[in-house]
Amino acid sequence: MSGNIQLLNDTLAQARAEGRSALIAYVPAGFPTVDGGIEAVKAVLESGADVVEVGLPHSDPVFDGPVIQTADDIALRGGLKIADVMRTVREAHAATGKPILVMTYWNPVDRYGVERFAVELAEAGGAGCILPDLPVQESATWREHAEKQGLATVFVVAPSNKDERLKEITAAGSGFVYAASLMGVTGTRASVGEAAAALVQRTRAATELPVCVGIGVSNGEQAAEVAGFADGVIVGSAFVKALLDAPDEAAGLAAIRTLTAELAKGVRGNV
Amino acid sequence: MSSEFFIPDPEGQVPSAEGYFGAFGGKFIPEALVAAVDEVAVEYEKAKADPAFVAEFEDRLVNYSGRPSALTEVPRFAEHAGGGRIFLKREDLNHTGSHKINNVLGQALLTKRMGKPRVIAETGAGQHGVATATACALFGLECTVYMGEIDTERQALNVARMRMLGAEVIPVKSGSRTLKDAINEAFRDWVANVDRTHYIFGTAAGPHPFPAMVRDFHRVIGVEARRQILERAGRLPDAAIACVGGGSNALGLFHGFLPDSGVRLIGCEAAGHGVESGEHAASLSAGEPGILHGSRSYLLQDEEGQITEPYSISAGLDYPGIGPEHAYLRDIGRAEYRAVTDDAAMQAFRLLSRTEGIIPAIESAHALAGALEVGRELGKDSLLVVNLSGRGDKDMDTAARYFELYDAAEGESK
Repeated sequence: MSGNIQLLNDTLAQARAEGRSALIAYVPAGFPTVDGGIEAVKAVLESGADVVEVGLPHSDPVFDGPVIQTADDIALRGGLKIADVMRTVREAHAATGKPILVMTYWNPVDRYGVERFAVELAEAGGAGCILPDLPVQESATWREHAEKQGLATVFVVAPSNKDERLKEITAAGSGFVYAASLMGVTGTRASVGEAAAALVQRTRAATELPVCVGIGVSNGEQAAEVAGFADGVIVGSAFVKALLDAPDEAAGLAAIRTLTAELAKGVRGNV
Repeated sequence: MSSEFFIPDPEGQVPSAEGYFGAFGGKFIPEALVAAVDEVAVEYEKAKADPAFVAEFEDRLVNYSGRPSALTEVPRFAEHAGGGRIFLKREDLNHTGSHKINNVLGQALLTKRMGKPRVIAETGAGQHGVATATACALFGLECTVYMGEIDTERQALNVARMRMLGAEVIPVKSGSRTLKDAINEAFRDWVANVDRTHYIFGTAAGPHPFPAMVRDFHRVIGVEARRQILERAGRLPDAAIACVGGGSNALGLFHGFLPDSGVRLIGCEAAGHGVESGEHAASLSAGEPGILHGSRSYLLQDEEGQITEPYSISAGLDYPGIGPEHAYLRDIGRAEYRAVTDDAAMQAFRLLSRTEGIIPAIESAHALAGALEVGRELGKDSLLVVNLSGRGDKDMDTAARYFELYDAAEGESK
């Protein structure tokens, strides 16, 4: 079975055809439990998210903020394995038919075996990977296997990237481009940085790929603001925080359904 | 002194332009840091070719830090090591009490050159943090130091020193609350504040160019030691021995002797309670290749690439990785590595104190324990140079508890 890069491309094209931004949600696997994580992924996809990035937790999430590190620690203390992440992708995709990517650090993939990881992710129905600490110049082996398995390789771009670097990164990527809208690690912010719009504009000059903006959005109003200039709005820490703050699993699922619905309105310009 | 510290390796091959030492090294960082790390690489290349920069660096080493550091023969200690001759390279006599000041002065000058007003650093034992706080006071830079919460407790004296020097010390409560977690937090700070901040990385690890740059700033150790041992003993040593956590003091020493194929280069890792116990920090002896903190090297990790928690009595060696050049030097057979337990290191710690009146850092005591082994293996004709990378004042609480020196009646001992 081949990976679902085409489903990802079609989903983003469909959102564009509807004249709106796509809503992309980040949900860590294994948090608060493996089954609870699967329910969370299904919940956001059923309540308005177009795409989900499933986080594969890492012991040393150097480039994430404290909210995601807390979730990662809970998942790993619970004994989460890569097989559980693959099951999360498989069950959530089977239940919803929507595109699901995996987001993680390079060491777990490198250690697990690049080919083995790509083959298993494609077999699970995954659409691709985001590997923020794997720069384009180190990514040839991964891209070879991803391409063979029908998986997208989504690269992150930052405001400090020069135009030449944006060309180099986007030429190697597929699916979409992840534009980090604020300098800084992932975490909710009071307002969305103005640098985002400029970065999206410069990225569009370098590539035909959809440009989705991440880091910072936590409510419908901010989602609408970003949707005004980006092809997709990526929301991560706000979902994890909603799950962390909930008194129990049922309340957590209810909270992320409500948040997803608000954000889904936001990306359609209805606040 | 002259600019001999910046002479490229004879082969001129490591690291490659991409920062690789053979299969190790590289630059595994998010795009938000690429521009900053590239700027460091470009500015460092310019700086080391700039006679004014080199002259200022060397002036600070001499007139501020007190170089060259002494080479001290320790005959009463050597009696316990097979009866050969042992010389200690006295990095403990540098200003701030360890080798760390060499790298920090270099990078602080580079920070000024880049026009950045703020510096961040991580620290384990506190020696790199103290050195960084010192250089920031000297050059008028803002300074924030990240330190694992466990380390702030076992190295409370160094926390007070850093604060006295005007630095902000932030105890890190995440993960294992030791050195690797301090590095994680420092990287997060750097990503968020990269425009006005330089990260003075404290060891010869991290993304390119840090492994090569930190090594170069410490090359002075080996250059001096080689010259001094030739003057004093009339020949090159049989071995040059140093402790390795991240590995910067060892690389500084080793590089003085790298072209001398008759000099064995021996690194001593922290074996904690023993490599077989699983409670250790011996990345080369018991680790597997992987990526952490920006480069590929040997790591303590599980089969799914999650980093496992290291352990050592020594805060400065309590790290699950090692600089990529050490992985390379071992793979090409140029350097060899041994694992030294807490107990062996503490015995050497006491032995040097009692035979020579020198209290070493517990980190450096791992190298001394290695020297006791190597000396016994080589016998009475042997000649060893050991890097005494730091002094032991900061470790007195740990040592007093280990040797039960506090008055038991006051309940301080166990």
